[in-house]
Amino acid sequence: MDEKLPPPSPQEQQQLLERDRISRRSFLMNVGLAINGMVGVLLAVPVVAYILGPVMRRREYLTWIDLGDAAKFNPGETKLVSFRNPFTNEWDGETANIPAYVRTEAHGRYTVFAVNCAHLGCPVRWFSESQLFMCPCHGGVYYADGSRASGPPERGLFEYPTKIENGHLFIEAGQMPTLSNSAALRPCSEKSQPTLVKRIAPCPGTDEPTIG
Amino acid sequence: MPWYRRTYDWLERRLQLEGPIKDAVLHPVPKSTASWWYVFGSASAVLLVLQVVTGILLALVYSPSASHAWNILQMLNHQVPLGWFLRAMHGWGSNFMVAIVVIHMAQVFLFGAYKFPRELTWIIGVFLLLLTLGMAFTGQVLRFDQDAYWGLAIGASILGRVPWIGGQLVHLMLGGPIINGATLTRFFALHVFILPGTLLVLTGLHVWMVVKLGINEWPMPGRLVRRETYIQEYNELAHKDGLPFFPGAAWKDAYFAAAILLAVALCAAYFGPYGPTGTPDPTIINTVPKPDPPFLWIYTVLSYLPPEMETPFLLIVPPLAIAVLLGLPFVAGVGEKSWWRRPVAVFSVMFLAVCWASFTHLATYTPWSPKMNAWSGAPIPTAFLERRTPLERQGANVFQEKQCRNCHSIGGSGGLRGPALDDVATRLTEDQLIRQVLLGGGNMPAYGSTLSPPETTALVRFLNTLHPNYQPAASDASRAVAGQGGVPSASTVERGNGQHKTQ
Repeated sequence: MDEKLPPPSPQEQQQLLERDRISRRSFLMNVGLAINGMVGVLLAVPVVAYILGPVMRRREYLTWIDLGDAAKFNPGETKLVSFRNPFTNEWDGETANIPAYVRTEAHGRYTVFAVNCAHLGCPVRWFSESQLFMCPCHGGVYYADGSRASGPPERGLFEYPTKIENGHLFIEAGQMPTLSNSAALRPCSEKSQPTLVKRIAPCPGTDEPTIG
Repeated sequence: MPWYRRTYDWLERRLQLEGPIKDAVLHPVPKSTASWWYVFGSASAVLLVLQVVTGILLALVYSPSASHAWNILQMLNHQVPLGWFLRAMHGWGSNFMVAIVVIHMAQVFLFGAYKFPRELTWIIGVFLLLLTLGMAFTGQVLRFDQDAYWGLAIGASILGRVPWIGGQLVHLMLGGPIINGATLTRFFALHVFILPGTLLVLTGLHVWMVVKLGINEWPMPGRLVRRETYIQEYNELAHKDGLPFFPGAAWKDAYFAAAILLAVALCAAYFGPYGPTGTPDPTIINTVPKPDPPFLWIYTVLSYLPPEMETPFLLIVPPLAIAVLLGLPFVAGVGEKSWWRRPVAVFSVMFLAVCWASFTHLATYTPWSPKMNAWSGAPIPTAFLERRTPLERQGANVFQEKQCRNCHSIGGSGGLRGPALDDVATRLTEDQLIRQVLLGGGNMPAYGSTLSPPETTALVRFLNTLHPNYQPAASDASRAVAGQGGVPSASTVERGNGQHKTQ
């Protein structure tokens, strides 16, 4: 065991440091540290840009997506459809198949809802008998027109912008709707509204005459 | 000199590890710390090692590819020999690790171990807890099934509530516009490199400080911590009334570590691996996502928060809670350590434990969620249909068909979102029932637009029969008065004693 080199004692270390405090060596060391700092910053730029890649896009992830022949949606029905998200890769598998609900009031009047609950994004389920969307997670419920009926959501279902071209129904989609992207900014259409329903639902509820 | 002794010496002359290891292992600790209460820290470390080992073994097979991960998990479960057991060990090891880390934290808090000079040990411990929870969440994502997919959707929706930069945060978390392959690979990087790397480094620092600063002595009422004298008092305690950590205290750690590992293995063997549940295909709408056990309590909290409080709560409370934990040793860094003289500390732990247990219990049967298949899967018990008129029975049909059962139970089956309706007619009159059904309110949707007048009549007639024997039906006194031409009857008792309503 006595073959080990004894380490320098703390006093010795201190003395060595003191001796070198102002010297050519310490100057070179400081320059060396500064160079490393600069190189570090230089390298950090591409690294940070790489990490922020998904965020740094100029435009939002939105494009018009063809949902097929508009005539196949029957008036009075709400139908579950799915489309392939265009901003994906082949190896995304089935995660890139995005569902949506198409509500048809009359031919030419379509509303397309995201399946994601406006509360925390779980998939809402459509019940045609009671004309309600129900969420399995935290119990959010929406009316047929997407307005909030009860539960923890603060607002109605997210809607995709729609248009009809050459008889096909298109929606503007591509990103998961959350409260902070464009889905949240769509204003509710103003419809006449019984006061009681208006009080509990920030977006208009049903406009059928049976209420009130 | 035997050969092994010579080999050891050859190695030791080059490594020179004997000294530091002996110092660490044989350092004196106060006799009182050789207690069964002090085994949770070492057990956490042992579970961390278990997770690293089982995690590496799973990584031999797993591939973080969105289109393959689910199939690989199935292969691990069914084709790779004992793949199911390794998955189960890793899953149950995760549950045990969260539990033991939380117990360790509660014990350390109650024993005042966060006080001077161990403030930094506590602070690093808080980060270790957060990292452990982070590992649990990212691990749930790597089990790429429906729960993972919708768990990510919930995470993204929470981030989406951050003002101004919410949208960017969502895309940063998902690695793109939606939950897909890029999401899985970045959660893989988090779960396999970033979080465990940080966890191991911080665990090293945590243990280093435990060795350097000494294990917290058993707190005695009245023995106050003072910055000026504590170190000296502790050293006296450790040297005069102490014993070397190994084997004096370590044997209990060893027993407990073995017991915990055995418990993980038994749970793994008995309960098997977690999932995977259905494929991570968002077009499969018929799913009821659920978080893993460590996060069940959050599930409850998010369900019961009033809508308008949700965003402020989600954005303010977690940072605040972390700040409280981090600030604790600076606010209460000296003074009394014993739980006998720290009632606020004891009641805080009890309060949090009761909250956690109730929330977790609620999340096991989610009374706030509609039961999605109750309307088609839970028929009305025949007792509620006997001696009813055809119209009332038609009402029962409407009751079933319009998904009322998804939220309202009757005869003990059905959803728990709304009140049970077994005796609704004792609470609401016919007029009130009609109003409630058509206009909703009190967290019930309005059914005015989905029920035709005949359906409404039938439904309300059925609901009106729901008052158990010998319980009077609800009645509107003013109607009775109106029926008598505005003259109140001498007594209302006669109407209250029967089951029949005055019409």
